[in-house]
Amino acid sequence: MDDNLAAIWLTLRLAATVTLVLLLVGTPIAWWLARTRVWFKGAIAAIVALPLVLPPTVLGFYLLLTMGPNGPIGALTQSLGIGLLPFTFWGLVIASCFYSLPFVVQPLQNAFEGIGERPFEVAATLRAGPWDRFASVALPLAKPGFITSAILGFAHTVGEFGVVLMIGGNIPGVTRVVSVQLYDHVEALDYGQAHWLSGALLLFSFVVLFSLYTFNRRASSSVGPRV
Amino acid sequence: MRRFTIQFLTAACLLTSAPLSCFAEQALIAVASNFSSPARAIALAFEQESDHSVRLSQGSSGKLYAQIYNGAPFDVFLSADTEKPALLVKEGLAIEGSQRTYARGTLVLWTIDDGVIINAETLRAGDFVRLAQANPRLAPYGLAAQQVIASLGLTQALAGKRVIGENISQAYQFVATGNAELGFVAMSQVLVDGELVKGSLWRVPQTLHSPIAQDAVLLTRGLNNSAAQEFMAFLTSAKAVSILHSFGYSVESDALGPLGSMEKTDG
Repeated sequence: MDDNLAAIWLTLRLAATVTLVLLLVGTPIAWWLARTRVWFKGAIAAIVALPLVLPPTVLGFYLLLTMGPNGPIGALTQSLGIGLLPFTFWGLVIASCFYSLPFVVQPLQNAFEGIGERPFEVAATLRAGPWDRFASVALPLAKPGFITSAILGFAHTVGEFGVVLMIGGNIPGVTRVVSVQLYDHVEALDYGQAHWLSGALLLFSFVVLFSLYTFNRRASSSVGPRV
Repeated sequence: MRRFTIQFLTAACLLTSAPLSCFAEQALIAVASNFSSPARAIALAFEQESDHSVRLSQGSSGKLYAQIYNGAPFDVFLSADTEKPALLVKEGLAIEGSQRTYARGTLVLWTIDDGVIINAETLRAGDFVRLAQANPRLAPYGLAAQQVIASLGLTQALAGKRVIGENISQAYQFVATGNAELGFVAMSQVLVDGELVKGSLWRVPQTLHSPIAQDAVLLTRGLNNSAAQEFMAFLTSAKAVSILHSFGYSVESDALGPLGSMEKTDG
């Protein structure tokens, strides 16, 4: 039972960290994709969506290769004196960011695109600079997109399995997340523990998603009239 | 038209291999992932000798067990352990008395570096960052690795260095990709046609761990399937045993294990 609680706590820490990092990294990417007209926009959008294509364990395998001592990321982290990323918490964070990137970028991109040109033109006539337009027009209007992105990024990381399985090494408290713990219970035929943990995971996720969606509806209806 | 009907029925018989059996029968075999390559070779040899045919489905023993328990259409189960076949017998899903050990695994300590001498002293010296092994709760090779570490009195010393693969393939990948310097893997993973192709290994003495026995069992579904029954018998034939040896497995009657017996035949 202690193992289960440790796995739950680790999963929450991982999902929260990944969501935060992805919102920070994903927002400029989504903003750029929504506004740019360069010819290679399609290529970048496709690259962002690629993690959806590979099966997670395969993606995890290639991350294991690239983060390993003979891979480019591994060489970089070793030369920076960080050591190797596989089997560490931050290795999981980085891998999860790759894996969940499209789930955060795409709702944000849609939200930014949905705003259209007009609010920005109006803001520009009121002498708002590019940063001001982004901060006072784009961010508030895209708020539902941010909430959707955060929910999807968080939920997708909680439910992540294949990638973590491949690069985690199943270390209690460091890389043994709920999904791996759950898989262990099922494989060891310990169905009782598996049911308990699945139930807890589903209940928790329902509560989080339910409250966020309820909040999201209120938030978007309160933003609406101001447009 | 009538001729077409006959042809169609013949084809249908061939395709479904129904118990009424026009010509030969087909058995569906559930194979533990670690044994999938030798199982394919054994199935091929079986089909050359027999009119029957077999189809293989591979998966982890735990998943296959859950599938069989929930009605999967398998006739024979080649597990990676002895517990799951015994459980299926107890639950009435497998035939009592049909359970037998078809292979014994050989545990090796393996590194990707060529020409290095590794042994128990390497583990004692602790001059490495990561030691990979399979999950002791799920994989017999993982349990054996844990027993070896305990027998050497290194459980505490190595606690911070161990990384656990879900199964033996993952432990292998951790070492093969260089992410772990050393790992406990199966002899069958590092041998190709009986030869070590990459890295260096230490064959762990069998005295340091309990045997890694893999049991087969005839499932209730396969009781009236002669393909399933003949395949079970073929598993212990001389032909199948020589295939097992070439893949780095041994059988209970081997005193020396796969490498020993191969050296004998080579010499």
